[in-house]
Amino acid sequence: MDGDKAFRIGLNLTAFLFILFVGITFLSLIIASGPSIKAFGWKFVISTEWDPTAGKFGALPFLTGTLLTSFLALLMSTPLAFSLALFLGIYSRKGLRFAYILDYAVDLLAGIPSVIYGLWALFFLVPVVRWMEIKMNITPFGVGIFTASLVLAIMIIPYISSISKEMVAMVPQDLLEAGMALGATDWEVVKNIIVPYCLSGFYAGILLGLGRALGETMAVTMVIGNFNGMPKDLFSPGNTMASVIANEFAEAVGDLHLSSLIQIGLWLFLVNVIVNLVGQVIVRKVSIRR
Amino acid sequence: MEKEIILETIDLSAAYGDNWVVKSVNLAVPYNKVIAIMGPSGCGKSTFIRCLNRMHELLPGTKIKGQVLLEGENIFDLPPTTVRRRIGMVFQRPNPFPTMSIYDNVLAGYILRGEKLSRAERDEIVETSLKKAFLWDEVKDSLHKRGTFLSGGQQQRLCIARALAMRPDILLLDEPTSALDPKAQAMIEELITQLKETVSIVLVTHNRAQAARVSDYTAFMYLGEIVEIGPTPQMFTAPKDPRTEEYLTGKFG
Repeated sequence: MDGDKAFRIGLNLTAFLFILFVGITFLSLIIASGPSIKAFGWKFVISTEWDPTAGKFGALPFLTGTLLTSFLALLMSTPLAFSLALFLGIYSRKGLRFAYILDYAVDLLAGIPSVIYGLWALFFLVPVVRWMEIKMNITPFGVGIFTASLVLAIMIIPYISSISKEMVAMVPQDLLEAGMALGATDWEVVKNIIVPYCLSGFYAGILLGLGRALGETMAVTMVIGNFNGMPKDLFSPGNTMASVIANEFAEAVGDLHLSSLIQIGLWLFLVNVIVNLVGQVIVRKVSIRR
Repeated sequence: MEKEIILETIDLSAAYGDNWVVKSVNLAVPYNKVIAIMGPSGCGKSTFIRCLNRMHELLPGTKIKGQVLLEGENIFDLPPTTVRRRIGMVFQRPNPFPTMSIYDNVLAGYILRGEKLSRAERDEIVETSLKKAFLWDEVKDSLHKRGTFLSGGQQQRLCIARALAMRPDILLLDEPTSALDPKAQAMIEELITQLKETVSIVLVTHNRAQAARVSDYTAFMYLGEIVEIGPTPQMFTAPKDPRTEEYLTGKFG
């Protein structure tokens, strides 16, 4: 057998294997969720009551928690991440040394284990948020949806900025010069040439960050307050789909509890798939316009 | 004499770091003429032309000595954005903005600066600029398509239209045809000879024949210095400097 053929078979096999992984994961989630799907049906995602000892399982609070924390985190980190990407993309092409150091620091940020983010948030963010809550005259939990969103926002910055930065660095020098030669200022070139050119990369970055935020478990579990009811406001404690699984599956009382937790996992999987599909449609729409 | 000169360099030198690539150049650009600067690769002609609208400043580590007078005013005392509006530039490789339509590309200078124009003004600028750039007939039915769908020659004419739309006094052309096929090149050369009715043109080229075909005056640049400058017919028939003659007869470059 020649090398070409072996190579091709190897690649095909790997590709097939990955589809198999996804398929098996999905299938086994469905099978293991079986009992709870049978018991609750659609009510599982519209009911707000989660009481394992009473045998009541409704996942809406966690779905809400996940979406709320993720989009709030996105809202907070996107402007920062884009500024960072523009800074890194523009100054690294000008050869500024500081840009390389900053770039490295941001990459490091992506490599920090989430439990460390969680610890840091617990000892630093929580007191800060508690202080804010006292000033605002609301119950000073410290932990809660807002705190979880904050730590998530910090965690996803490198994900959003790294793709965006690559895109900014790839804008042809020709175009920047063309803009400058027409009498545009630096800011006008950034706003009207670099940003439109990088739009698809920016969307891809947001998507990557969102995917990360939706599934993040450890750091969120440590600071969200682990409250199983519907969050009343942004500062109230809550739970996300990932955090409730992490919290409860070790001490699950009975098969129905376990199966319900797995069904939450299934929904998390689905939410991720939907976000990715929608995101890809957006990215494709934007990049075709080029 | 004074009235006939629109742009003048006085002992203009430019360096990257400590490497002086343009050395004490004195050059005068007359109104409504084409002046060609020819010379072998690396002679400093591109660096020189970039100094004329302060584009050299985009590269970190560039230094400059001397003056560039635009109708008597030193361009280094003016804001760079003003200088670049009055002195337009067209580059070696066509570079229309890929995110903009043909129409918006022509108006890019105004769009980038956020200047509001009425519909009628916009239409008028687009039509006259494209007509001046010999492109109107080819694109008038596809003005709202992307400029990147055009051929290389058309793209370059679009870039010329984009520069003309700002109504500059001077147009700098940095090897505008070296990335184009001979037919597109001929068209742009024809265009250059027409354009001088409205703008003064500085053309940088390493193509001797092109300099001979389109310019009124030719300067020969070598190792950062202007070796010789004169009316084009005289330069090509009776060069005074032996280096010019060697260059023109193809002994080097």
